[in-house]
Amino acid sequence: MTEHTSRHYEQDLLVLKEKILLLGGKVEEMIASAMKSLLERRPDLARRVIDSDRAVDSAELEIDHLCLSLLALRQPAASDLRFIATALKIVTDLERIGDLAVNIAERSIELSEEPPLKPYIDIPRMASAASGMVGKALDAFVKRDPNLAREVLQADQAVDDLNVQLFRELLTYMIEEPKNVSRALRITFIAKYLERVADHGTNIAQMVIFMCEGRDVRHPGAQEGAGGGR
Amino acid sequence: MKSSAMVTPRPAREAVSNASPAKVAFGGVSFSYPGRQALSGVTLDVPERRVTAIIGPSGCGKSTLIKSINRIAEIGTEVKVEGRVTIDGQDVYAPGVDLVDLRRRVGMLFQKANPFPKSIFENVAFGPRIHGASRAGDLDQAVERSLRQAALWDEVKDRLGTSAMELSGGQQQRLCLARVLAVDPEVILMDEPCSALDPISTARIEELIEELRERYTVVIVTHNMQQAARVSDRTAFLLNGQLVEVDDTETIFTTPADRRTEDYITGRFG
Repeated sequence: MTEHTSRHYEQDLLVLKEKILLLGGKVEEMIASAMKSLLERRPDLARRVIDSDRAVDSAELEIDHLCLSLLALRQPAASDLRFIATALKIVTDLERIGDLAVNIAERSIELSEEPPLKPYIDIPRMASAASGMVGKALDAFVKRDPNLAREVLQADQAVDDLNVQLFRELLTYMIEEPKNVSRALRITFIAKYLERVADHGTNIAQMVIFMCEGRDVRHPGAQEGAGGGR
Repeated sequence: MKSSAMVTPRPAREAVSNASPAKVAFGGVSFSYPGRQALSGVTLDVPERRVTAIIGPSGCGKSTLIKSINRIAEIGTEVKVEGRVTIDGQDVYAPGVDLVDLRRRVGMLFQKANPFPKSIFENVAFGPRIHGASRAGDLDQAVERSLRQAALWDEVKDRLGTSAMELSGGQQQRLCLARVLAVDPEVILMDEPCSALDPISTARIEELIEELRERYTVVIVTHNMQQAARVSDRTAFLLNGQLVEVDDTETIFTTPADRRTEDYITGRFG
């Protein structure tokens, strides 16, 4: 894309992009560490994840601030406006993913205090699918590639299916033996958190499509009366 | 305290694309000054009772485009015009067109306010008088109505006899608007009407444009893209004398179709 006549503006937009990517990398790493702490029963790793949430929160504030100053000072239009609007929205998704990583880490600490309920098979698969969606959505953001973003949308169903499947399996554990309930519930929570991570990946991908094409693909059929969203 | 009724949101500007008939239409218009072609093959519909903004870099033909509607682009120079410029379907370049009447129907505001060195009253009464109003009561009425429409009445009603040159820049621009409105125009052209005004005076003029669109067809040339975005229903982007793109203003400023429009409005030009 051609550069802006104002080099400061160009620079600010680049900085915004980099900050988003750094935050994206950070929360992906948090999910990975939280999962590692669960699988390897390492509460020390989990605690590190919990501690890093503060950095995520301050990155969110910083990005919000940068977006607002760009809006106020530059009055962006067209693709720049869509880029900043996208940044402003996906930063919330990224921060939530960080929170979910913290939740996984907390459950992992609790689970490490009891004997393992069962070997983890579907949970790591869910984690890698959900995390892959977030990674790909951010990749699509950087490359301004709406097709890559569409691949993310298609991947969401598989994560939802795994969540349902896992829930059924854990339910049988709970029915069979009441003393399994607390552990099975915690694992169910983790599955739910991962399913939410995938949803945030989907949100990011949808915003990337909006950023690239100017079309809002979030809620088909809900655009009457909402204005815009051609 | 009981809460009051919900605030009614300002209705979104409806899409103009298919809604309004064209008041002014350019059909393949090429316009040349001696040794320089200002417009080439411009085809553009200006919808009735809407605000159409013309944007584009300096020298792209914006001013020529609007000045070709009331034929003041040809004043003091030779010009060559091809294609058709029509108002309500009537070719303004047809032989026998009454230029005085044309310029009454199509009023204009310029970059710099240009009041006559006369009293406030005489500035506004001038037009109706040369167009035949002579009874004092009629003139008084026309002057008051026009000054009210231009949101200037309350500021000047007690000093209508003082010189227009004593008014501030913003007031002078509104006086010029009142002068235009006094002869009951159909189309109002504005060539950078706020470029010499401070932000408050600019906001006043923009507020007026918002009101004018209920009765008049307005075409505004502006370098200030935020102004085009704020006041207009349609925006046309001109480059090197050619029309690159015209669409509803919201579309132009969020998802323009042409790459050159995108580059211009996002500040990537040149």
